[in-house]
Amino acid sequence: MPEGLPPAFIYLLGALLVPFLRGRARQVFALCVPIVGFANYFLISEGVHWTFTFLDFELILGRADRWSLIFLNIFTVLSFVGILYVLRDNRRIDLSSGLLYAGCAMGVVMAGDLITLFFFWELLTLGAVLCILARGTPDAGRAAYRYLVVHVAGGVVLLAGLFIHLADGGSLAFDRIELSGLGAWLIFIGFGINCAWPILGAWLTDTYPEASVGGVVFMATFTTKTAVYVLARCFPGEVELVWIGVAMATIPIFYAVIENDLRRVLAYSLINQVGFMVVGVGMGTPLSLNGTAAHAYCHILYKALLFMSIGSVLYRTGKSKATELGGLYRCMPWTCVFCCIGAASISAFPFFSGFVSKSMIMSSAAAGGYTIVWLALLFASAGVFHHAGIKIPFFAFFSHDSGIRCKEAPLNQLIAMGITAFLCIFVGTFPNVFLYPMLPDVTASYQPYTVAHVTDQYALLLFSALAFTLLMRAGLYPAEIRSTNLDADWIYRRGGRAFYRLVDRPLNATNEFAHQFFVGGFVGKVNRFFNAAPARLLVLLMTPYWKLQGVDAELIDDRQRELYEQTRLGAFPVGATAFVAVVLLGLLFFF
Amino acid sequence: MERKANDPEESPGWFDRKENVRKVLVGLFIGCALLVLIDVVFWATGFDKHPYFRWEEWPGFYAVYGFVACVLLVLVSKHVLRPLVMRDEDYYSKIDTEEGDDA
Repeated sequence: MPEGLPPAFIYLLGALLVPFLRGRARQVFALCVPIVGFANYFLISEGVHWTFTFLDFELILGRADRWSLIFLNIFTVLSFVGILYVLRDNRRIDLSSGLLYAGCAMGVVMAGDLITLFFFWELLTLGAVLCILARGTPDAGRAAYRYLVVHVAGGVVLLAGLFIHLADGGSLAFDRIELSGLGAWLIFIGFGINCAWPILGAWLTDTYPEASVGGVVFMATFTTKTAVYVLARCFPGEVELVWIGVAMATIPIFYAVIENDLRRVLAYSLINQVGFMVVGVGMGTPLSLNGTAAHAYCHILYKALLFMSIGSVLYRTGKSKATELGGLYRCMPWTCVFCCIGAASISAFPFFSGFVSKSMIMSSAAAGGYTIVWLALLFASAGVFHHAGIKIPFFAFFSHDSGIRCKEAPLNQLIAMGITAFLCIFVGTFPNVFLYPMLPDVTASYQPYTVAHVTDQYALLLFSALAFTLLMRAGLYPAEIRSTNLDADWIYRRGGRAFYRLVDRPLNATNEFAHQFFVGGFVGKVNRFFNAAPARLLVLLMTPYWKLQGVDAELIDDRQRELYEQTRLGAFPVGATAFVAVVLLGLLFFF
Repeated sequence: MERKANDPEESPGWFDRKENVRKVLVGLFIGCALLVLIDVVFWATGFDKHPYFRWEEWPGFYAVYGFVACVLLVLVSKHVLRPLVMRDEDYYSKIDTEEGDDA
């Protein structure tokens, strides 16, 4: 087979088979799936592959072009790293959900039509829910439920949009969609929910910190980045996205500063970084779209690295809150180094991966004359260094000594982090080796390493660090406080309950009244009426007849009682019933 | 092999020594000063930074912007956002356990 296999097929098959294997065989098999996937990646050439017809629809499982292949590449790399990271505990749910999740994400990026897209899009949710459930705590169970509710709602919005789009004569092709009309807007919003837009994206910071140690690595990689991919495919150059992206890049960093749970801080900075990509999609120039693809690639690496390093801390200490951690550089030195590499990469230090990708988006904003956007993104760049680049390593590994003395992360986790850290530095230092040649638009060239760019970036970052240091020394830095910070997830976590109570009172009162009236009173009366009425009626009719015949008053009483009972119980002799039937038939015949 | 905190045999970590923390801080201050100096030299010599905006050529623009942005970020978070959104840590779990699973 010169064209390889659909990557989703390899991974989904792997996810299905993993639970049937045991022990070492399961570990080896699970690790082989991404390796086979990687070999398969090299077999896929540009073009359209694996098409088939389903109910008159032409479905395309493999549209391989520069856009889909760069995403397929990084998803494959990350699936290997992620599986390696969760390999030690050898749990079915970790390995299987990771492979399922990766397979679905690859299904989305390789899809060539909207039906295939929707199919894998919905399955993604299943992978994520399993990754949350894998944590195995009651809180995780509740978070998984919330995740499911939000994403099923998002799926319904997307499906409605697709139906309307197709009914209006839209094309089934997974390609550029004009953002006009209800259908396109619903598709847009459906994508936006997965992309963690402001308000719509509160599910992300709500649920990611509840996910399992390894599961969150897959979650941070696949869901939002497939959303960026589909936005770049369908809605490039829609100016709304520029402003949505600016809001994503700036608002969450304020939350990140006051957040105590370090994995939630990472979730906020994830939204911040996806905001840059969304701005890139919104500007829609060749350079900005290249920047989006490059930033997605780099972001996946360093965000996974950061989640893995804090995950290892959680794995060893059972804690992920800034108030409970500190001073771990003594006992987890390697994890600390990898965390710092991730932090330097997300902060876009020169020679680390974020630098070579984020600056493409910044330059596009400047070149396109988006002055306010550029200033906002520069603010977000300084802010991300401040809350993710400094805060994460500082509170976990330095700061005050928490007294925790744990073991270094397990070897498999260290190797997974080491590979990712190496890639972060390699891509950042030598972007022209394989990152830039993979970018979607070959016409847009970019040179990140100019003298001024490097010194300006260092100035921005070091003075952010200076601000952190001085604020910390002056005691102005907000103390880490064990707390919950309200976000839009309040709407369905607490607001949902308030709504329930609000509706519960009047509706249940109405219900109770209806129950009393219909079941308790009305139905009983109706029942009694239909039970006794014919008998009474007959007695009423027969009594004058008997009187006319001159029957005794006593005998009439007896007959009345007999007739009443017989009628009520329906205990007529067959002859009488037959007679009535004949009378009825006669009536029908004559009238 | 689990060690304990405050074990007298445990050698203090590198960052436990005051003079080491000092070294890091002094390094940071020198770095900051150098970068501003470089920027001033670029400006004075008319070095072409290929700027998109004219303010990118002002000496120390990025330094000031980074510093002010972070101070603003922290102060706004602390004095505006936190009073608005901060609740008890068990704000949600309280209601979850009150009416959650068993209800």
